[in-house]
Parts: sequence; C-alpha cells; structure tokens
Amino acid sequence: MNAILRSSIAGCALLFGAATASAEGLVAYEIVDGTIPVSLTGKPGDPEAGRAALVDRKLGNCLACHTATDLADEQFHGEVGPSLDGVADRWDEASLRMLVVNAKMIYEGTVMPAFHRDAGFNRVMDSFAGKPILTAQQVEDVVAYLKTLKE
Amino acid sequence: MRKLPGLLAGGVVAAAMTAAGGASADETNLPSIDGVTLQTRVEAPEGHPLTEIISGFEFRTKETQALELDDFNNPGFLMVELGEEAWSTVEGSAGKSCESCHGDASESMRGVRAAMPKWNEAAGRPFTLENQINACRTEQMGAEEWKWESDAMLGMTAYVGLQSRGMPVKVDIESGEMRKWWEKGKELYHTRFGQLDMACANCHESNYGNYIRADLLSQGQSNGFPTYRLKWQKMGSLHRRFKGCMDNIRAKAFKRGSDEFVALEAYLAWRGQGLSVETPAVRN
Ligand code: HEC
Ligand code: HEC
Repeated sequence: MNAILRSSIAGCALLFGAATASAEGLVAYEIVDGTIPVSLTGKPGDPEAGRAALVDRKLGNCLACHTATDLADEQFHGEVGPSLDGVADRWDEASLRMLVVNAKMIYEGTVMPAFHRDAGFNRVMDSFAGKPILTAQQVEDVVAYLKTLKE
Repeated sequence: MRKLPGLLAGGVVAAAMTAAGGASADETNLPSIDGVTLQTRVEAPEGHPLTEIISGFEFRTKETQALELDDFNNPGFLMVELGEEAWSTVEGSAGKSCESCHGDASESMRGVRAAMPKWNEAAGRPFTLENQINACRTEQMGAEEWKWESDAMLGMTAYVGLQSRGMPVKVDIESGEMRKWWEKGKELYHTRFGQLDMACANCHESNYGNYIRADLLSQGQSNGFPTYRLKWQKMGSLHRRFKGCMDNIRAKAFKRGSDEFVALEAYLAWRGQGLSVETPAVRN
C-alpha cells in the first residue's frame, strides 16, 4: 500500500525530533518500513482518553475531516477524509501510529495534518510555534482508540 | 465524498420567491435581485484549474441566500448607506468629496469593482479598491487615509462595489506587471501554511462541496466582498476573510493590504472570472 513512499522514507533520516524532548514537545521515534512500531511513550495508550482527544476541537479535531459510526453521538462530522470505521482492520498499530504522527509518510501530499511534528512548517502562529499538535501521550491514546475501530 | 452543491439550485428559487424585497428568479433559475441576475455558476475557460466556477452563494443555506437577495433585509446595507453618505461629504484640505470628481456613482463607479485589483502605473503596483480609495483621499482630497477595516472603508468599498452588482468579474492580468502579481498569488494559494500545514487549494479547490466539521466548503471566491458575515455580525473585507482562514490553520496571517494579500486577491479575482459581483453579499 505504501510502496510509492518507500523510497522517500528510506531517504529520510530515521530519527525525528530532539532526544531531550519536554513533556509538551516532540519525542524521538524510529520509522521502520514506513511505520512506527514502538510506542512513543513506551506504554500503551488509553482508548477512552484517545476518543476524547480525537473529538476535541483544540486537539485532534479529527471529526473536522472524518466520520465514524462509534462517534455518532458527536455533532458535525466532516467529509474531507474517509470514514474511520474499520481502520483497525485495514492498518496495524505501527501503521496507525505513523498515520497519526505524520500521515504524509503514508499518503504523499495528503491534506491530513501531521499531529506529532514540530518543524518544517511555514509561518506557524507564535502560540503554536515549535510544538506538535498532539503530545506523545495523546498520540498513543488516539492510536489505542483507533485500534478499537473494527468492523 | 463530495456533495456537489447542485442540490441548492432549487433552494435558490425558493429563497428568491420568499424574499420580501420583490426579488424573483429568472427563467434560467439563477438568483436575481431587483431584476439584476446573478451568475452564480459559470463554465471555466480552458486552462483554468476548475471546471465550473461557483459563487460562495451556492454553498449557503436558503435563509442566508434570502438575506442577500433582499436589499431591505440584507444587513450589509447599513454599511452601504454609510458609504453613500460619505460619497458626497467634503473632507480634506482640497475641499472636495468623491462626488466633486466622480459625480453620480451609479454611472462613474459602474464596473469598477468588477475589474479590481487593477494595475496602477503611477504606483507601480496593483490597486485594490481600498488602495484606490485611499489614493484619491490623500492625493485628490488632501484627506487622511482610511484604515483597511474601518467602517468608513467598508462602507465606501460596499457602496462602490454595489454599483457593479451583477457585472462579471473581469480582472486584467496582462497590463503592467500584473502577471508577476498573479504568479505570486498563485504560488501563495498553493503554499501550505501553519501548524495544520494546509494551503488554500486544499480546502477550496480539492474539497469544495465537502463539509469540514460544521462548515460547507465553497471555492473561496471573492465576488461578494466586502461581505456581511453572520458570524462576525458585521461587514468584513476580503483580507479579513484571508486572515480568518490562516488563523484556522494556525498560521501567522499576513497583514491586511500586504503585498501577499494583494497578490492573492489578484489571483482569486482571476479564479472567479465571470461570476457576478455580489457586493454586499451575505455569508454565514
Ligand atoms: C484536514 C483533514 C484531516 C484531518 C484533520 C484528519 N484527517 Fe485523517 N485523513 C484525511 C484524509 C484526506 C485521509 C485519506 C488519505 C488521503 O487520501 O489523503 C485520511 C486518512 C486517515 C486514516 C487512514 C484511513 C484509512 O481508511 O485508510 C486514518 C487512520 C486517519 N486519517 C486518522 C485521523 C486521525 C486520528 C485524525 C486526528 C488526530 C485525523 N485523521 C485528522 C484527512 C484528515
Ligand atoms: C482548513 C480549511 C481552509 C483553508 C486552508 C482555507 N480556507 Fe478559506 N474558507 C474555509 C471555510 C470553512 C470558509 C467558509 C465557508 C466557505 O465559504 O467555504 C472559507 C471561506 C473563504 C472565503 C469566503 C468565500 C465567500 O464566498 O464568502 C474566501 C475568499 C477564502 N476562504 C479564501 C481562502 C484563501 C485565500 C485561503 C488561503 C490563504 C484559504 N481560504 C484557506 C476554510 C479554509
């Protein structure tokens, strides 16, 4: 599925971010074969917290673009991206982590923001400069929630 | 995923019929205001990035459309009246008003909005309507410049803009160095900005007709500006809208009147060619 990107990924340095990341900042991770196999925090995430972070407009705000049957109680689902129903059947945990951290490594040129990245942007508003959208913990929580979306 | 806003076409007619100000739909089902037809959909010429050029009008609800189609209910007309009054008000050291030089606005200002921004040879840059108004004020009237987003400027751009209502947007990108500005605008339109790393084109070219959370994305056309926006409870300039879009993607916006926004405005006018000027439009 991500054969097109293999080359660009292989060309990139495998370590991103600062080794001494603060709680708010970016943590280092390793990309293996276009995926991130190891938890960013070294622990499994909490799916309930992940569901909340995914919905929260100031955090994931994933419903800006996606819909999911499990989130039918939430208002205003977007149509920019595909439904998240069954993502856990289509992607393993390591790929889901890559998708949330930086979906551009899987879908080249995608409109989907990279949620755990803090550099390489243009004119970021001062209050968000140098920060990822989601912390490492929030990424793990969101990934844990996505893993529950089976059909 | 895309819902083409065609489903709103019926709504246009219904909105026109229920509007109290005597608006009526013509035989081609296009909306109209006091007999002036609004071309809200036009076929794109060859080499244009869109196949059909569609006004933001088509993406709004029947209720919002009805407000725009009825000058008595359109809240933008408060600003238009302000502009109309200022038109004949003498100001500045030369003892002149706009009217002293331009006479009847309904004749002299007809078509002006439709052709903006326009190359200004003396200034060596494109002039937006705001730039032209301020040049008249400082050079002809000996008056102070108006601030970009001031009520006075919004009122005058709305009043002057109204004189072109229904006329097709037609910007000249061949005169002077307009091409360069157009190129710059095109580049900005496709540049990703902010923490969300998105470009204008991501939302307004690839995703118009799709909902992004609660908002139905339009093509982000400029033909209705200045526009009364229900969310602002006020009329706002095109550059205020640009800033809003950049804020949403957590980008540091350019300043109103900056070269970047003027270039974007020139490019957008070209993208919206053929659409009717709708100033003062109503949007949500
Ligand atoms: C601005 C739009 C946007 C936002 C916000 C967004 N996504 Fe996406 N997402 C997309 C698009 C578009 C795709 C499909 C890839 C493509 O074609 O570019 C996608 C694909 C995905 C996929 C793969 C789906 C599949 O079936 O293969 C997952 C999983 C995903 N997104 C999760 C998320 C999560 C979790 C968030 C929030 C933390 C999020 N997305 C926020 C636009 C978005
Ligand atoms: C994250 C998505 C997004 C991005 C990126 C974006 N916009 Fe918008 N824009 C919107 C939404 C939502 C609206 C309100 C609904 C509509 O008219 O599309 C809007 C409205 C507009 C309008 C008003 C249209 C009308 O008819 O009133 C203009 C003009 C506009 N955008 C231009 C731009 C420009 C120029 C850029 C790039 C600097 C840009 N937008 C980037 C989401 C976006």
